[in-house]
Amino acid sequence: MSVFDLRLSEIHNRLTHKQLSVTELVEQSIKRISDTDEKIGAFLALNEEGARKEAKALDAQMASGGERGLLFGVPAGIKDNIVTEGLRTTCGSKFLKNHDPIYDAAVVTKLRAAQSVTIGKLNMDEFAMGGSNENSAFRAVRNPWDLERVPGGSSGGSAAAVAAGQVYFTLGSDTGGSIRQPAAYCGVVGLKPTYGLVSRFGLVAFASSLDQIGPITKNVEDSAYVLQAIAGHDERDSTSANVEIPDYLSALTGDVKGLRIGVPKEYLGQGIDPQVKERVLEALKVFESMGAVWEEVSLPHTDYAVATYYLLASSEASSNLARFDGVRYGVRAENPTNLLDLYRRSRSEGFGPEVKRRIMLGTYALSSGYYDAYYKKAQQVRTLIKQDFDQVFEKFDLIIGPTAPTPAFKLGEQVGDPLTMYLNDICTIPVSLAGVPAISIPCGTAEGLPVGLQIIGKPFDESTVLRAAHAFESQTGFHDLRPALS
Amino acid sequence: MSITIKDVEHVANLARLELSEAEKEQFAGQLNAILKYAEKLNELDTDGIEPTSHVLPLANVMREDAVKPSWPIEKVLLNAPEEEDGQFKVPAVLE
Amino acid sequence: MSKYETVVGLEVHVELHTKSKIFCGCSTSFGAPPNTHTCPVCLGHPGVLPVLNRQAVEYAMKAAMAINCEIAEWCKFDRKNYFYPDSPKAYQISQFDQPIGQNGWIDIEVNGQTKRIGITRLHLEEDAGKLTHIDGGFGSLVDLNRVGTPLVEIVSEPDIRSPEEAKAYLEKLRAIMQYCDVSDVKMEEGSLRCDANISIRPFGQEKFGTRAELKNMNSFRGVQRGLEYEEIRQAEVLDGGGAVVQETRRWDDEQGKTISMRSKEEAHDYRYFPDPDLVRLHIDAEWKARVLASIPELPDARQARYIQQYGLSSYDSSVLTASMKLADFFEESLEHTNDAKASANWIMGDLLGYLNANNLELDDVKITGQGLGEMIQLIEKGTISSKIAKTVFKGLVETGKSPQRIVEEQGLVQISDEGAILSVVDAVIAANPQSVEDFRNGKEKAIGFLVGQIMKETKGKANPGLVNKLLVERLNA
Repeated sequence: MSVFDLRLSEIHNRLTHKQLSVTELVEQSIKRISDTDEKIGAFLALNEEGARKEAKALDAQMASGGERGLLFGVPAGIKDNIVTEGLRTTCGSKFLKNHDPIYDAAVVTKLRAAQSVTIGKLNMDEFAMGGSNENSAFRAVRNPWDLERVPGGSSGGSAAAVAAGQVYFTLGSDTGGSIRQPAAYCGVVGLKPTYGLVSRFGLVAFASSLDQIGPITKNVEDSAYVLQAIAGHDERDSTSANVEIPDYLSALTGDVKGLRIGVPKEYLGQGIDPQVKERVLEALKVFESMGAVWEEVSLPHTDYAVATYYLLASSEASSNLARFDGVRYGVRAENPTNLLDLYRRSRSEGFGPEVKRRIMLGTYALSSGYYDAYYKKAQQVRTLIKQDFDQVFEKFDLIIGPTAPTPAFKLGEQVGDPLTMYLNDICTIPVSLAGVPAISIPCGTAEGLPVGLQIIGKPFDESTVLRAAHAFESQTGFHDLRPALS
Repeated sequence: MSITIKDVEHVANLARLELSEAEKEQFAGQLNAILKYAEKLNELDTDGIEPTSHVLPLANVMREDAVKPSWPIEKVLLNAPEEEDGQFKVPAVLE
Repeated sequence: MSKYETVVGLEVHVELHTKSKIFCGCSTSFGAPPNTHTCPVCLGHPGVLPVLNRQAVEYAMKAAMAINCEIAEWCKFDRKNYFYPDSPKAYQISQFDQPIGQNGWIDIEVNGQTKRIGITRLHLEEDAGKLTHIDGGFGSLVDLNRVGTPLVEIVSEPDIRSPEEAKAYLEKLRAIMQYCDVSDVKMEEGSLRCDANISIRPFGQEKFGTRAELKNMNSFRGVQRGLEYEEIRQAEVLDGGGAVVQETRRWDDEQGKTISMRSKEEAHDYRYFPDPDLVRLHIDAEWKARVLASIPELPDARQARYIQQYGLSSYDSSVLTASMKLADFFEESLEHTNDAKASANWIMGDLLGYLNANNLELDDVKITGQGLGEMIQLIEKGTISSKIAKTVFKGLVETGKSPQRIVEEQGLVQISDEGAILSVVDAVIAANPQSVEDFRNGKEKAIGFLVGQIMKETKGKANPGLVNKLLVERLNA
């Protein structure tokens, strides 16, 4: 087993027993990136100097003894829409190509407190809009399992970096599936927490009522560790829930006996790749063999989720992205003739086509005369979608289905056809609209490409989600599969 | 409801985007397709259904009225494309 | 008399004087160097989130209650989307369809008549930044210190029928806000701002005329003048057979006229929607009761009390209660004298006269209510004359010393000693034989000259009653 495959607990072990130094870890990570990232393109900015300095300081600290947290000294990557003071944060957009934030996101402060080492910032679809990472203004990320294929998106860099062993964990953000779908495509573990569990302060907003930050890791145990470090109430985020944070690790008992699982028939219907369906059914058998019970259920409004999502998310985005006006930060068009010209050209030159498309859609949906027909209607349908979940969760502990209808597709395959691209999110979007937690874990392969299993839980019941995911991976070992990357 | 080039121009103006003729054509087509797809929401009777703007039933999240230090001016202006006398500079509001 | 009736509705913005901004911890204090009261939140940096200031909500509730609004049990914040350099997020957080207060009213008094003006709504929102135009208008500088100062917008019904009523409404509103202690309400610092919708219609017509929106009226006088100008302008348009255009017009105080802000004004489409970064506000009965209890006696109640308790006229009471500081000053004086009428007269005559003549505010001068009350007491006791009191009053205003001290330091105590006065009387009689002669020949007027001479000799300190009595006795002896 390579050093890149170590679990966080093993790294911790070696660090505390002085079999490994933080500097070694960081150097290995930097080397791995320099060896592989030309092909993959996961990183947009590297914090080499800062990371080395930090490693040195942490090693000195380690030498002085004492207890260290589990993330101590662990090289990590952060999606580029999570702001890092003094470390360039572009959101994958030309508009912010020179942007150096003047403050740290809440999760960055938390990781700093946990003493993990930020190696760099990860590529993404521009402003988190996209499901293939082809919308990055800088370069498309490639899937470590097949360089001709997309890693998924929008947290494509975050998923690919973990799959390629460049860092031990990453943070992504998920609005309609942006953590889970790339995790599925890249064969890693991606968790979208309950809306409100992790502070959004410092996450550059795409759709404020849906955005959540979550960890991408190689296994469920690591996911629990990272979640533990970033979850919790933040008074700077009014939508942050003031709930007690359980000990997620203690939930990983391996015991799923008697767990009641609902399997939505809508998630295994039309449009689902037969092999993906097969992997999901096999996974259900595994759960059965461990003493869980499953039953087919219905989330009757699933078919309306994608339309609901695109109206709501684009509307919020049209307003959230209005601040990118070229006045206080970001790129300003050259020689504007007047203010209007400055606004129009700075924004048109700074934003890519997908971002413009969604701003247009959202602006239209909110504009005078259409608000009730589109925005309000979508908010009402959102209520119905949420009720679907509430009803299933009255009888079931978890909902399980595929993360994405197909494995990773080829680069360029769906460019220019936004609607088809949007339909890749059919299984993740309803979960985002309902605000409930979900994890994507590897459940085998189809034609050599990873397939993701989505485990969805009740609000703030990440523990049960993690418990089931952990039990499954202990039983199967799919998470140990690695891409044949040099 | 079908979106015309004129609608696209109006919306682009609201959103402060400058679109080429080709982009206008393209967006008109794509927005029409997306909105046509969205029309399926009309199959649902949502009369009397409360709109959800938040999944969490939160209310009255407030802070106390306490002054905290502001940011140093160098940081405030760090990313400014153009500045003068400690202020952000913009061209004339009108031509 | 014009054949048109004027119809005015006012939109008033009042800055709430919280210590920190509505959605971040930056200071709201006025006059700091540009952009030094800013942080990522009010600068609208990528990734920031707003957190509501409880005090701003309570001030807004207080203001709404003081103008008799119904308080919403549930309300929310919405985004008003528009691009302008003074709005860093390119949206203003405001309240669209669920304002904190609705359906209120205030009473105003014009020409001795009381009139009720309806208030449509009061909502809470954030203020914008400031632009300074430079390079001869080819550029602007943006200062974002003011961004995020909490504001309430108070929208009146179109119940106002004249510029005087508008001014009275505005003055009443300012007094109420001041009494509630929610704002500094200074028009010159922009903590009170007023826009107006004005239209005219032939008397008897029910339908409103086409209205113009007036902006940039930066003083109470400006509001009145702007409206006066506009009602004449609109009448001229109609009389000339034209039609009033619905537009925004800017009041130019120097030129004394309103100017159309033609700016290819695209129809505004603010695309309001609920701000997903903020949660709803639930105002329950307990909270409402607590805020209500913090509202002090308001101007109308105080005015009624002055009439009833002190026997003041309605006019005098309204002048005294127009500003809470003045009313407090008046009441402080009454802790030291029982003569409320005297105090009211001194305040309305000498004090306000002095302030107006020197363009000062009460805060700018050193006199206290206690000083005035003690001075009136000195007059009552005969220690000083009313005439000398004018000198003492000047000392109170300028030095803030106690009246006793001023009297002592300047030797202003009234001379009431008969012997002392008699000696001066005799000396003056001896020195002015012609006047004495005139008096004795029946020229009553001559006595005035002699009294004047005596007062001059005593530097005005002689008790005037005694001087008269003793002089007449001597002359008739």
